[in-house]
Amino acid sequence: MAQLFTKDTQAIFWNNNTTAIQRMLDYDYTIQRKTPSVAAIVAPTSGSKFEKFFWGADEIMIPLYRNTAEAKAAHPQADVLLNFASFRTAYDVTMEALNIGGFNTIMITAEGIPERLARGMNATARAKNVTVIGPATVGAIAPGAFKIANIGGTIENIISSKLHRAGSCGLVTRSGGLFNELSNIIALNADGIAEGVAIGGDRFVGSVFIDNLLRMEENPEVKYMLLLGEVGGTEEYKVIEAIKSGKITKPIIAWCIGTIAKYYDSGVQFGHAGASANAEAETAEAKNKAMAQAGIFVPESFNDLPKKIAEVYSDLKAKGVISDIVEPQINIVPKVRKSKQFICTISDDRGDEATYAGFPISSLATPDTGKGIGDVVSLLWFKKQYPKWATEFIETVIKTVADHGPAVSGAHNAKVTARAGKSVVEALVTGLLTIGPRFGGAIDGAAKYFKHADDNKLTPAEFLNYMKNEGVPIPGIGHRIKSLKNPDLRVEGLKKFANEYFPATPLLDYALTVEQLTTSKKENLILNVDGTIGILMVDMWRALGYSEEEINEFIESGTLNAFFIVGRSIGFIGHVLDEKRLAMPMYRHPMDDILYDVKMAEKI
Amino acid sequence: MAQKAIREYDAKSILAKHWDKYFPNFTYTYETVLVQNGSELKEVAKEKTWLKEKALVAKPDMLFGKRGKNGLVLFKDAKPGDVSLEKAAKWIDEKSSSKQAVYFSFDGDIPTGEPKVDMLTHFIVEPFAPHAQEEEYYISATCVGDDDMLYMSAEGGMEVEEGWDEKVTEVAFKITDTEDEIAARIKANIPADVADADKAAFAEFAIGFFKAYRELNFAYLEINPFVLQGNKIELLDMVAKLDDTAGFMMAEQWGNVEFPTSFGMEEKSPEVLAIEDADSKSGASLKLTILKPEARIWTMVAGGGASVVYADTIADLAGIDDLANYGEYSGGPTTSETKFYAETILDLMTRQKDAQGRNKVLIIGGAIANFTDVAKTFTGIIQAFENYADKMKEVGVKIYVRRGGPNYEKGLKDIKEAADRLGLWIDVYGPETHVTDIVRMAVEG
Repeated sequence: MAQLFTKDTQAIFWNNNTTAIQRMLDYDYTIQRKTPSVAAIVAPTSGSKFEKFFWGADEIMIPLYRNTAEAKAAHPQADVLLNFASFRTAYDVTMEALNIGGFNTIMITAEGIPERLARGMNATARAKNVTVIGPATVGAIAPGAFKIANIGGTIENIISSKLHRAGSCGLVTRSGGLFNELSNIIALNADGIAEGVAIGGDRFVGSVFIDNLLRMEENPEVKYMLLLGEVGGTEEYKVIEAIKSGKITKPIIAWCIGTIAKYYDSGVQFGHAGASANAEAETAEAKNKAMAQAGIFVPESFNDLPKKIAEVYSDLKAKGVISDIVEPQINIVPKVRKSKQFICTISDDRGDEATYAGFPISSLATPDTGKGIGDVVSLLWFKKQYPKWATEFIETVIKTVADHGPAVSGAHNAKVTARAGKSVVEALVTGLLTIGPRFGGAIDGAAKYFKHADDNKLTPAEFLNYMKNEGVPIPGIGHRIKSLKNPDLRVEGLKKFANEYFPATPLLDYALTVEQLTTSKKENLILNVDGTIGILMVDMWRALGYSEEEINEFIESGTLNAFFIVGRSIGFIGHVLDEKRLAMPMYRHPMDDILYDVKMAEKI
Repeated sequence: MAQKAIREYDAKSILAKHWDKYFPNFTYTYETVLVQNGSELKEVAKEKTWLKEKALVAKPDMLFGKRGKNGLVLFKDAKPGDVSLEKAAKWIDEKSSSKQAVYFSFDGDIPTGEPKVDMLTHFIVEPFAPHAQEEEYYISATCVGDDDMLYMSAEGGMEVEEGWDEKVTEVAFKITDTEDEIAARIKANIPADVADADKAAFAEFAIGFFKAYRELNFAYLEINPFVLQGNKIELLDMVAKLDDTAGFMMAEQWGNVEFPTSFGMEEKSPEVLAIEDADSKSGASLKLTILKPEARIWTMVAGGGASVVYADTIADLAGIDDLANYGEYSGGPTTSETKFYAETILDLMTRQKDAQGRNKVLIIGGAIANFTDVAKTFTGIIQAFENYADKMKEVGVKIYVRRGGPNYEKGLKDIKEAADRLGLWIDVYGPETHVTDIVRMAVEG
């Protein structure tokens, strides 16, 4: 892999660090990336499903997950993990990601991970060929393609330091603060950087100077490299070895900071934890000298570094190794942005014509479109185009539950309210407010309990026993008068439709084995219409490819109830209009139909 | 710094605490106490009666070695092994009553180099352990490069240090090596000179030792020498460092361990202690080392890397004698933290005028910040200017500012306006000026 990142690289961001993520998205917008560089966020303690971010002046939503495994499963293309966990948990997060696999690069920001853990983590990653950037780093950047978190600073600085498009220098530093500074120096004295990595300040970091320089040697965009080392350690000597053995042929400019350290004993800690010389060879001066001898361009001092960069760059330019850069188009991130109060993901009325999940209303409304109310439901409720058999099933359900006569409590309430002189909408909602666990709720209950029994592989007998222990009658089982011999024809219709058009009906098949057992106890304990609808809805969603979690969520959020509400509204409105037409007077319940049993209140 | 030295007493206490886990087939009496003076020793003896019953050895426990050659190990009164509690207490009082000179390097028995002079404040006292020279062994472990190293020798004491290459067996281990691989390699590399009768016991002890080193997050662990008598172990002398970044998960295992400053280190000034205290309470980083308080160039630099670059450049262009301090603030300190940090430095630099009558120089430097809000941190510095403007004018301070990053334009404008308003000499520069170029300007100006 010659390039660390491309314009398609996406990351999973561990920890919902909204400022850093927004910086990444502002960068993406500026350089006109097509997809956000953050595909998902792992937020272990968050209850939300997404976080809103600005994308230019607009907003987008990035999904949140409770753990890395779920995020990776949902976004397999995201091969970078940005580990922003604290020093206490950063090791565990990294090791988990290495076990899950599929990550090419893991960046770790925490400073002060226990050394033994850091060493183990780095060795494991190396064995799996995963590039670790950090710990204790601000990250890395491939200008014009992908930027990690806060590296490069503000968007203004990024543009003035030419970090928004690829230049020709490969930059490797230990320090994150000086990384920015060097990017700026390189922009002022040359044409910017092609790829840059701050390897991190802790004593044990994953990828070291030589790892990054060898990759840059292979990267055709990189024409020369700049290495900023530090007092302490011997990593710079590996670079010298690579030059001597011919593994690195591109020009390198280098400087080791910390020449001051020689004046003081080891009691003074200069800079990072890794910055402490244990031997003469580890001093900044010895390393600068050795690098100069190996043919690396080493300035007189850090203050002379800009001059050295200009020298090397103009030489390569004169030789034609580096050519002129055509400055790319960029988007400008607006200075003032307002977060939206509401979010809509189902319909849009901003264009010429309002749409349902992307479909203009006219493309669904008239008969010649071949679309029915089932299609509209599938678009507005589920944001998906369901196949014909599913939309027809939805319509069948709506038609089946539209009314059940005036005596059921919901219809009765609607009628009583209408007779009190209230409007259609007032009378309708009175009826709707009756819908709940006892009225219409059997659809929800049947789906929930039968699915639970099927998921847990309960035999019909075990299921009956389970419900007995729960102390509830099985929802969806039992009818006032119908039995196996005298079947409910609505149920027969639904079953026939499912048999003919559903790819499979595993939950219905299971429910029928339960029915065999219940009807052997009592004839009228049949699978009733509510039960059949609830169970077949689960079978429909399974056949459409929804996961069990998604189906459980539909059940939990009351989606099944919603089918009943839509269908039964038709009937309620019928009853209300009927009352209006009949002009029936105010209803008063006959007193002889009430048992009065009122006692004198006791004093306490 | 992640690796911190601990006292010999604490090293022994940690091993003793986990002895049965790592050395189940060996015994160690763990008779050792740490005291600061003679009367404390006598007080401890009321509870630890072995102090009265056994002949004793006493020595300072202050992170330095070569105590024998410095004449700081008490093991004889008239003859070896006759030191009483009374004698030990008297000796400790004597050695701790005035400053002692300690040499860190010797040529044979002749000290070389300059000694460090300081008070002796902590002493370790243990029973005198009679043993034969052949029973002394050496073992240590540390990390070199990416590997763990185990060093073993059939000879202990001074002789190991003086004949390291011939006498010590070195074995390297990868961090990913398994317990079984480690044990097998240790067994295969027991020094040939170890008495045959002791080889198996030596190997078992070494395996336990190396496991303790790894699992208890020691950065360095040395016993020189230890005495092996059948299944009885004596730890005659120990040196240890802990990886203090592991502290959060080792609280139970390490117990109440202390990280003392080394002998002869200059006493930390109240200012430095105050900054250390503020640093420990902050999510940001605040560091200050005073190098030469009478020097004329003071730095207040943001960022670990940039602060080193400024120090390098001052040493190059002005010379090391002009550099008064080293320090850095980073990680987004609050306004009040920055104010406190700035006031500490302003207070130190305005205590006396330059001996040669020159201006003093304050370098407020920094690279281009990634996320620190420059205007916010400068607000703290401006507040400090307001409190110290008079003193600064009295000693004559020229201020050079260079900074970039979030909100830097406002920060530079604010600090320039404030200095002008207060009548302070100031020059400000942004990212268009090379980071350390203000040092050149200050030196030339």
